[in-house]
Amino acid sequence: MSPTPPVLAAQARASAHLADARMAIELETPEMTLNIGPQHPSTHGVFRIVAEVDGEKLLKADPVLGYMHRGYEKLAEVRTYPQITTLVNRIDWLSGYCNEIPFILGVERLMGIEAPPRAQYIRTILSELARISTFLVFLGSYGIELGALTPFFHTMRDREKVLDLIEGVTGGRFHPNFNRVGGVKDDLPAGFIDATRQVMNTVEDICKDVETLLFGNDIFQQRTTGVGLIPLEKGLAYGMSGANIRASGCAVDVRRDEPYLVYDDLEFDVVMDDRCDSYARAWCRLQETLQSVRIVRQCLDRLPAGKIMAKVPRIIQVPPGEVYTRAENPLGELGYHIISRGGRIPYRVKVRTPSFSNVSVLPWLLKDVWMADVITILGSLYFILGDVDR
Amino acid sequence: MEKDWLDHGITILVVILIFTVQMLITTFLVLFERKFVAWMQVRIGPNRAGPWGLFQTVADALKLMVKEIFVPRGADRTIYMLAPFLTVFPAFMAFAILPIGPSFEFVHGDKTHVVAIQGANLNVGILWLLAMSSVAVYGVMLAGWASGSKYSLLGSVRASAQVISYEAALSLSILPVLLWTGTLDLQEIVAAQSGWNWYAFGLLLIPFVSFFISGMAETNRLPFDLVEAESELVAGFHTEYGGARFMFFFLAEYINIMTISAVAVTLFLGGWNGPWVPVQADPAGWQVALGVLYFFLKTFVLLFLFIWIRATLPRMRYDQLMSFGWKILIPVNLVFLMVLAGLVVMQEVGAWPAGFFR
Repeated sequence: MSPTPPVLAAQARASAHLADARMAIELETPEMTLNIGPQHPSTHGVFRIVAEVDGEKLLKADPVLGYMHRGYEKLAEVRTYPQITTLVNRIDWLSGYCNEIPFILGVERLMGIEAPPRAQYIRTILSELARISTFLVFLGSYGIELGALTPFFHTMRDREKVLDLIEGVTGGRFHPNFNRVGGVKDDLPAGFIDATRQVMNTVEDICKDVETLLFGNDIFQQRTTGVGLIPLEKGLAYGMSGANIRASGCAVDVRRDEPYLVYDDLEFDVVMDDRCDSYARAWCRLQETLQSVRIVRQCLDRLPAGKIMAKVPRIIQVPPGEVYTRAENPLGELGYHIISRGGRIPYRVKVRTPSFSNVSVLPWLLKDVWMADVITILGSLYFILGDVDR
Repeated sequence: MEKDWLDHGITILVVILIFTVQMLITTFLVLFERKFVAWMQVRIGPNRAGPWGLFQTVADALKLMVKEIFVPRGADRTIYMLAPFLTVFPAFMAFAILPIGPSFEFVHGDKTHVVAIQGANLNVGILWLLAMSSVAVYGVMLAGWASGSKYSLLGSVRASAQVISYEAALSLSILPVLLWTGTLDLQEIVAAQSGWNWYAFGLLLIPFVSFFISGMAETNRLPFDLVEAESELVAGFHTEYGGARFMFFFLAEYINIMTISAVAVTLFLGGWNGPWVPVQADPAGWQVALGVLYFFLKTFVLLFLFIWIRATLPRMRYDQLMSFGWKILIPVNLVFLMVLAGLVVMQEVGAWPAGFFR
């Protein structure tokens, strides 16, 4: 009997080892990799999460961004300043108007122009209207994410009225492209003030409905309280802003801390909460909607008469310089870093979008959470994919 | 009494009738749900196919039936094809035992024939329902498993856990009725509730509520629709299904809703009982018809409740659902069952006035 050839012996050992390994594989329960998105009903567009799940528990999540990248910063380098207004409108597509504000303010600051008071008031009114319309989307869609469909249709109905107002002034519902360097394109249409007052009452009513019927619901509270806790130091470390950081107990609001437009003339509260959870974030947005209503009403009361355009040259030429302007967008702090080397076209425009910083907390936040809570948390952060990827 | 060809013929006729009515009601239930939910959500709802959108469901069904039959790669072909039928079959079967109207007699030749408006009067009665709803879990479980998709798998894991847990609560809320009437026979349970003696309006209100809640969980309706939570699992166990096979799941879901409502009506709301419909050996024809009408009217009220709740509530989370079932519903039912058993025994030994609460 010849001895077993070494190759065969090695094979035998390997197969025995494989059998052992197979046993081990059968006994342990490995985590499943679940791909959530980019096409998924609750990710507000093309957001993708590669998650490791163990049954109903999500162990680890890896957000994958960039599916919505449209290269607006690069596009801005080959466009004139008035053209860029159209681009920035589409960054956060739910509140297009608000995106124009810091950019236009930056250009105006570089050129040393200031828009006349009436234009400033019109800008304030419109950005608060855009803010209200965005938050109405949130209040409805957050219900959908938790399984309640009805609030969505009610808030959308009333958001339609707000959009009608914006359309009445600017001609556009989402992307007004209404700001000009040195003012606004048109004056307010006839009947705008009365119509706005009425719509503001409607918004107040729907907010009360949402507060009692959705936020007061037991299941809603169970689903959101204590879910997705973001302590203040974590939130600050990740550069979160807007209602997300205010719900973690930090009362920052660019509108009050570094007033632009006419915010320093107006009275409003910075809504703050220190519960740090998804409920607090949703609650902050609800209260901020009511604060926006308050701001719009004050603006309507104080609306001055006068010109809507400052004196500006026909061709917008920006002197060399560098400016960073920021504003309180509905999603958080939106900033533009504009570098000009003179001429009609900016050298570089860097956009600091709130959603990008807000979602960056996700890998830290989505650890050992229930599958259903992933959606609760994603919804409560309220990001817009266009705002994440630019 | 020996059964002759006429008796068998009548049974077959009744079964066909019940099947037809069931299909018809399910068809319109889908439409009613869409309409009601649309009204609650300030929408209009389907209004294109036929007057008031009446044929919308028919149009949908036709559309689904002509769709391509496909099996996704990675699916277990046989089970994938079989699962929808495993779901829809028990759904139909469960409805068979419910007495829809009062039985009546007619004389043919020299023989009296009894016509029961009921698919089958089984002596195990209500146990058949529990058996069928247990079998229905397999369809959902296998559908999710055989699809070869992770979302489907998660959905079916949720489904099996949820349905099995809530079946315990469902059975426990049926038990008090059986204890109270002392029979499994649904005809007798209905007869015992005659004369406004509906169980839901008396001591058995607690099991009624718990039956309704666990029924919602059994049929995967909001707030318990985790199985097909579209914001989390896309469509749950039937994510990978399309065309006619998806239609079967959809059909089964709605038949189950109707069955649960009909069972709740039978057990707790007096079945076909109502004014001018006496429990007697030989009711008049119009009384039978009225009884059937009462039955479906009550079922419809409960169905409306289902739809209303769907339009109102958000969804629960998996762990909350489980703890609600095991830590609240089941203990409450167990305690109630013990108290009730004590009452029944006390009545039998005479320590509690007979007729009290009965």
